[in-house]
Parts: sequence; C-alpha cells; structure tokens
Amino acid sequence: MLELVVISTLNGVLFGMLLFLLSSGLTVIFSMMGVLNFAHASFYMLGAFFGFQLTKWIGFWPALVLAPLLVGVMGMTVERYGLRNTHKHGHVAELLLTFGLAFAIEEIVSMIWGKSPLDYRVPALLDFPAFTIFSTNYPAYKIFMLAVSVIIFVALLIVLKRTRVGLIVQAALTHPHMVGHLGHNVGRVFMVVFGVGSALAGLAGVIAGPALVTQSDMAAALGPILFVVIVFGGLGSLPGAFIASLVIGLVQTFAVALNGSLASAFGPLDPSAGPSVLTDIWDVTIAQVAPIVPYVLLVIILIVRPMGLMGTRES
Amino acid sequence: MRKLTLAIAVIAPMFGHAASAEDTIKIGYIDPLSGGGASVGEGGLKTFQYLADELNAKGGILGHKIEILPLDNKTNPQESLVQAQKAIDAGAHYITQGNGSAVAAALSDFVTKNNTRNPGKEVLYFNYAAVDPSLTNEKCSYWHFRWDAGSDIKMEALTNYMKDVPSIKKVYLINQDYSFGQSVRSDARKMLGAKRPDIQIVGDELHPLLKVTDFSPYIAKIKASGADSVVTGNWGQDFALLLKAAADAGLKVNWYTYYAGGAGGPTAIKQTGLDHQVFQITEGFPNSGNQGAMDFEKAFRAKVNMSLWYPRAVNEMRMFKAAAEKANSIEPVKVAAALEDMKFDVLDGGQGLMRKDDHQFFQPIYVSSFGKLAANEPFDEESTGWGWHLVSKVDTPQAMVSTTCKMVRP
Repeated sequence: MLELVVISTLNGVLFGMLLFLLSSGLTVIFSMMGVLNFAHASFYMLGAFFGFQLTKWIGFWPALVLAPLLVGVMGMTVERYGLRNTHKHGHVAELLLTFGLAFAIEEIVSMIWGKSPLDYRVPALLDFPAFTIFSTNYPAYKIFMLAVSVIIFVALLIVLKRTRVGLIVQAALTHPHMVGHLGHNVGRVFMVVFGVGSALAGLAGVIAGPALVTQSDMAAALGPILFVVIVFGGLGSLPGAFIASLVIGLVQTFAVALNGSLASAFGPLDPSAGPSVLTDIWDVTIAQVAPIVPYVLLVIILIVRPMGLMGTRES
Repeated sequence: MRKLTLAIAVIAPMFGHAASAEDTIKIGYIDPLSGGGASVGEGGLKTFQYLADELNAKGGILGHKIEILPLDNKTNPQESLVQAQKAIDAGAHYITQGNGSAVAAALSDFVTKNNTRNPGKEVLYFNYAAVDPSLTNEKCSYWHFRWDAGSDIKMEALTNYMKDVPSIKKVYLINQDYSFGQSVRSDARKMLGAKRPDIQIVGDELHPLLKVTDFSPYIAKIKASGADSVVTGNWGQDFALLLKAAADAGLKVNWYTYYAGGAGGPTAIKQTGLDHQVFQITEGFPNSGNQGAMDFEKAFRAKVNMSLWYPRAVNEMRMFKAAAEKANSIEPVKVAAALEDMKFDVLDGGQGLMRKDDHQFFQPIYVSSFGKLAANEPFDEESTGWGWHLVSKVDTPQAMVSTTCKMVRP
C-alpha cells in the first residue's frame, strides 16, 4: 500500500508538471493579452513534430533549443498577421481564428508526417533509470522533464513579477494607451508575449514527444485538459496553473490506483434484477472513470468558485 | 482546336472510368486511418493493397481487377456507418474491417439491414480482426464472415498453454474498456478458473480505449499486486504504450497477449529486455517454418517494408477469389453461398474451414514468444533483432468451439 501511494504520488507529480509546462504558455498569453488561444495545443504538437524532425537531422539537444524557437516565430506570425487584425472585433473573432488554426495545423501535420505514431525516442544520454524506489525504476528522462518544468515556472514568475519587462507587459494589458505614450511599442510587446507563450508550448512538445505518443491527434487529445488546468487554477494566474496542474495530475493518477466502486462500498446489487444501467453505474470502479475525473473537478470549481483557485477576475 | 483536344482530354478518362468501374471489384476498407488506432489501420490498408496487387497481377478475380477503397472510421461505430454508406455509393459490394468489435457489431447490423431493404444490391462484410465472440453467436449475421479466430477460441488456446506452466501463480488482467476487452477478461477468468483453480487473479483492470497516453499508474498497480503474469487483449498504441511504461519502470513479468506483434509492440518489448517472456496467440507468424508463408513474408517485407501482421487477411482475399471461382460469379449473394462450409488451405499451412452455422473461420492457432532468434528463424520485427518463435500449435479440430448462432438465411 505504501509503495503504491509513493509511486502514485511520483507519477502524479510527473504528469502534473508536464501539464504545467503545457498550460504555462496558455495562461501567460491569456493573462497578458486576454486571448484564449484554442490553437495552443497545436503549437505543442508542432513542437513535438519539429523536435522529431530536427532530432533526426541535428540531434536532440540542438532540437530542444531550435524547435521551440521555430514555434515561437510561428506564434509571432500568427499574432502579427492574424490576431492583431481580429482583436478589434472582440473575443469571438479571436476564438474562431485560433479554432480554425487548430484544425489547419492538424491537417498540415498529418499531410507531412502521416497519421501514424512516429518513432521519436528519448535521447541516449537520458535513457537510463535515474533511481529505484520499491523496485520501480524512474527513467532519467522523466526527472529531466520535471526539472525543466520547475525551471520554467520559476523563470516565468521572476520575469513577470520582478523585472521591468514584466512591469511593462502587465501595464500594457490594463493601460495600453498610457504605455504607448511612454514610448513603448505595445503591439510589439504583445507579439513577443504571444511568441514566448507559443515557444513554451513548443518546448513542452519537444520534451513530451518521446515520453508520450507523437502523432497527429496529440493536440486534440490534450487540448481539453489544458483548459481544465487554466480554468481550475484561475484564468491568467501562473501559480494557480501550477497548483492546478499538480492537483489534476495527482487526482488522475490516484484515481487509477483506486479500485473502489459503489458495489464495493455498499455491497453488490441483487443479481436477480439482471444487468441494467443501474448495475453498470453501481459496479464501475473509480479507476475506470479516472480519465473523466478532471472534468468533474472543472464542473465543481465552476459552481463553487467561478474565478478558479487563484483567479482574480470572473471572465 | 486546342479547346477541342482539351475537352476530349477531360472527357475521355470519364468514359474509361465508367467502363472500368463496372469491371473492378471494389472493396471498402473501413478502419482507423487517424487517431489512436491509425498505426494498425494503416498497416492493414497496406496489407490489403498488397494483396489486391498480388491478385491483380495474376488476372484478378474472374478477370475483374480489385480495388481497395481506404475509408477512415476513426475507430468510431457511428463514423463507420457513414463510411460504409460511402463505400456502397462508390459502387463497393464488399467491405472489410478489423479494428474494434464495437465497430464490427455496428457494421454487421448495417449490412444486414441494407441487404434486407435492397434485394439485388447486397453487400458482404468480411471481418479480418474484430474478435468479440458475440459477432458469431448472439449477434451473428448471414452477411458477415470472420477470418480471425474469435476471442474465446484464442483464450481457449492460450489458457491451454498457460495451465501447463507451473510458475504462473498470480495473474493480472488489463484490458480496453469495450466489448472485446470485456470478453477477454471474462473468458480469462472463466477458463483459468476451470483449468487452474490455484491461480489467483490479483488484478482486473479496464481502461478507456485508445485514450491513455501514460500507463505508468497502471504499471504501478500491477507491480503492487505482486503479479507474475499479465494477460492483455490490448492492441495498437494501448499495447505499445503499456509495454513502454513497463520498460521504463523495470517491471519484470510474463505477458500473455493477443496483439503484441502490432505496430510499436516489438520495439517496446525489446526495450523491456524480456527475452521470450512475451507471448502472443495468432493464426500465423513470420518464423512458423512453413515455406509458402516464409516466401510470402519475404516478398511482402521487401515491398511494403513492414512485417505481415495479418496472415488472416491473406486467407480472406485468397479465399474470396476461390469462392468467386467456385460460384463462377462476383455477386455477393453467390459468393456468400460458396463460402459456406468451404475448406481452404491457409497461408501458414494446414486446412481451415468456414463454418456454415456461424460464418466463423476455423484454422490452426499458434502460441509464439518474442525474443532472440534461433538459427532457422530468419525474420526479426521492427529491426529489433528479435523475432517470434514457435511455442505451441493447436490444430483446427482442437480450435473449434460451439456456437449459439441462430442464423437468419435469405
């Protein structure tokens, strides 16, 4: 039992940190610019595919730097030539644009790389067990993922809260005209922020690619959970996203480890009644519904605290 | 003048097309070509296209060329019906599908209704891999033919092998949460309980189909249960990722599987370093030692650059040809009648039989293990240097099971 708890905790933290890496860019973009970017998961996917391709050509470590940069440049392009023009038409136009972009990216990716999973492997340097707990090995690569996530979290916090750049970015959000009058190019600030957010998604892709499955439906698979993370944590709150990622990672992992069901709690239903919808609900284990637990959390938080855990505004 | 040539250039192929459309036999291939099942779906598509080319090179079926129409169903029953209608609209009288018994049940039902409503425009459904027993029992249909061994047949053979392995004490079951996965789990419980009552079932897990990206939590559970063997019907990414997570965590157990040979499976097994500890149950495998099968495998790999996952697809297409020749017609109704109780020499050697009662094809079944190759085993998988090795063989008569099918005949 202790073994399962310790290992599930570790697995939960690892998964949670990956979620954070993914959602950090999204929450930065949202909190700075007020743009809810539906194509964020697509930038993550692009990161994974660029990472795969560049790894083939020049190796993993250069790809780790180059692929996010490429994705960041793409993000900037999208902001400069797409979002900037739709911005004045309000949120719906922005949503539609990013929504369409997500579909376009998925199609383009499957045209170039096909729809089957790619053979994107962990770099040889990190392909060894880092340590062993209760006879379960922990791959060095997962520890590396964890380290990167924590570094990104700390770096983002410092930049936003402690530097002039962060000051200007935050001011540009609430008082764009004033910041403009002070001689800053507000348009460029937004473009760079969007680029950084996209690059973070790209970085998550390069890192998650070998650990999960790299194929053309990975954006669609992870997209919804990202929104759960940022809504749960509070729209636009970086610490909120960090805590929410951990909570969701842990909850999902522990849910898998639990075999309890209503039947095991209250005894089985009368078998003579035969199988019905009721017996299905009665017999289903927590482990079986683990994947939908985060969405249940989302619904609960929206009812109890609509601004999320650490959100500041209700939008 | 130039306009006229242009017009002719545009119109001429249409006439040609109309003429050839009458001539070709179109087979709608309905399987996942995107999403989590894409890897297996694409492998199947390449296999059928290769088989169509092979038949076409020898003059097709009764002089008709065969064309495979690729239709993506995203492993979704609803989407499959849309694609089946598309296939019919494009002039296909035959459809084939394999991945997902939920899809198979929907297609079987669709084809049966279609044939009742449109006499003279019947469609046959050739199932090459969906193995839920209900498809040839309570849900059986005259218009559905299955070339893969049903899940119960496979579990019978697998447990017959397992019962003679004294080192198996604790078994963990992990399966996909849908009709097929549930049948694997209940058959395993029932048959192991009957043959080896001393074996403990220490875990019985169902997880969402093709949705899990990280199996580490499940591996942690298997480890905590103290199991020495795992039985799984997982296929596609659900198998590859499960083994990948086992390799990462350093889990050392024996794996008894249905589909370890599929895309990504062998690579993941090699990562675990489990030499001849992963078993699969199939109707054929590359190193079976049968000369005809080995020659086919060699040619197939050279052209398609993948190993043959579906010997049953070879049997399906070749038997289709034999049945059409026997009926001297490519009309579905006559082909269906010819297929009933037809005996056929299968690719990996031995004789199979398409039973009239339930349209289930019975054939020899093999248990093989994956690991270092012996001297007379030329084929490895996914360039791992490891390959399949014969462990035990069950002949056709011993692989027969009874059926509850009450077939409605036209």
